[in-house]
Amino acid sequence: MIEFLQQLANGLAQGGIYALIALGYTMIYGVLRFINFAHGDVFMLGAFAGFYVGPWVLRVSGLGPSYAGVALVLLAAMLLCALIGIGIERLCYRPLRDRPRIIVLITAIGVSLLIENVGQLVFGADPKSFPDLVIDRALVLPAWWGRLSALTITLSQVLVLGVTLLLVVLLRYIVNRTRIGLAMRALSLNPTAAQLAGVDLDRVIMFTFGLGSALAGAAGILTSIQQPSIDPLMGISAGLKAFIAAVLGGIGNLPGAVVGGVLIGLIEALVVGYLSPTYRDTIVFAVLILILIFRPAGLLGTVQREKV
Amino acid sequence: MLQVTDLHVSYGVISALNGISFKIEQGAIVTLIGGNGAGKSTTLRTISGLLRPRSGTISFLGEDISTLPAHRIVGRGLCHVPEGRMIFSNLTVEENLAMGAYLQTDAALNARNRDYVLGIFPRLKERLRQTAGTLSGGEQQMLAIGRALMGNPKFLMLDEPSLGIAPRLITTIFEKIVEINQNHGVTILLVEQNAKLALEVSSYGYVLETGRIVLEGPSKDLRANPRLKATYLGG
Ligand SMILES: Nc1ncnc2c1ncn2[C@@H]1O[C@H](COP(=O)(O)OP(=O)(O)OP(=O)(O)O)[C@@H](O)[C@H]1O
Ligand SMILES: [Mg+2]
Repeated sequence: MIEFLQQLANGLAQGGIYALIALGYTMIYGVLRFINFAHGDVFMLGAFAGFYVGPWVLRVSGLGPSYAGVALVLLAAMLLCALIGIGIERLCYRPLRDRPRIIVLITAIGVSLLIENVGQLVFGADPKSFPDLVIDRALVLPAWWGRLSALTITLSQVLVLGVTLLLVVLLRYIVNRTRIGLAMRALSLNPTAAQLAGVDLDRVIMFTFGLGSALAGAAGILTSIQQPSIDPLMGISAGLKAFIAAVLGGIGNLPGAVVGGVLIGLIEALVVGYLSPTYRDTIVFAVLILILIFRPAGLLGTVQREKV
Repeated sequence: MLQVTDLHVSYGVISALNGISFKIEQGAIVTLIGGNGAGKSTTLRTISGLLRPRSGTISFLGEDISTLPAHRIVGRGLCHVPEGRMIFSNLTVEENLAMGAYLQTDAALNARNRDYVLGIFPRLKERLRQTAGTLSGGEQQMLAIGRALMGNPKFLMLDEPSLGIAPRLITTIFEKIVEINQNHGVTILLVEQNAKLALEVSSYGYVLETGRIVLEGPSKDLRANPRLKATYLGG
């Protein structure tokens, strides 16, 4: 039982990270109806932003490894990734806005390959060790947890989950309670009608890319806090898993992305814990295939029916 | 109020409008009638900035708007209720109305417009929290018109408001269109295939055929026109 809960705890933290990346896929799909294959690479760039900016931020602010330090580096990486995401949309996708979807999709694959290869050129292909933004340790669980206090829960896991939760709540607020959020939802439902209501599509799309990319950047930092070895190709696998998470939850559906991300994290942890790490990716891809066969709209998605 | 001059519009190599010109005076209800594929929706989409004309000018309140993006044209008080209603089906009725007021920052004015919309369409008032996609076709049309009114239009373009709606509701909706024009002071361009009804509520009409205006005149003259009677008014 303890063993099982331990796997769940491990899976939850990883799932939160997938959820953050999946939210970006699903948001961008919502407004532009295409999969931004370069999204996983933005996640990687978030980690590298932390790698380069982190030590500098900690030194200049005089904070050293600390919660405030993490928060600062996190914000810096989110900001950088938002700008990168906005830049990618502006340069690569906007000129193709009216072209067939497949052209944009292939462009996205091209952008992804470009970032990965330039990344290897600039950062070096070898793994780098991520700076300590916070000193990680196993938490001493209070005695009243009883048998559960035998669990190993690390500070970084709690941090990752806490930040993920905070960002998800914040995103929910933006999407459901603000004017730009309403515009995002309207645009994803009917771009023509949104324009006729006065929505400037370019601005809302730009905002969506910025927001989604910022979340990917945050995920990049959070991942690196847990597994402090980063490399320019780290976005491939994480991006793919998060994409599967978005499809699992129902692409275009924000709560779905969170549910999908957490589920994929949990499934992975259980496979690693009870079967073998070798099967981890196989099982996740099997989940993708099953969902596409039996519930193509995803767990929370509804099949879109256009009323004419 | 609106003057369209020698407008040419094409979809790729297919030309949809071949030089149409017309004029709408402030305060009027003008109708544009014509059969399937005549180019009625294309005309409205070009005026509201969703399509770019190949040539020609569109002057609204004395200024050329043919190069403005759609969201700027809405901001000038020209609202378009598109064919097929295009309500935001997953949003509530309330949120749809809020979207209509997207560019309107004057809260007092928004509240007045909302009261007006719910006053003329009481059915919407009972369904404010309902998801718009679950409304009946007629209610969706009311919502689409209500949403446009939330944008505080000076000029309103309606694309086939009678399409796919029960006859009883069509009458109601046309009564409201007249009411919006007379009591709310909104100039209206009404696109219809239902020529009989459109010519009853309008003061002037244009007849469009394959991208050309083939006939125009005061609506009461058009109603009596033998050629129109044969093709559009059911003999
Ligand atoms: N997106 C498009 N791509 C290519 N051709 C189009 C497109 N939309 C319309 N057309 C063509 O342009 C012409 C005018 O179409 P339009 O929709 O303006 O007609 P309409 O008068 O509104 O007809 P209806 O009463 O059926 O709505 C038609 O021949 C149509 O086939
Ligand atoms: Mg039409």
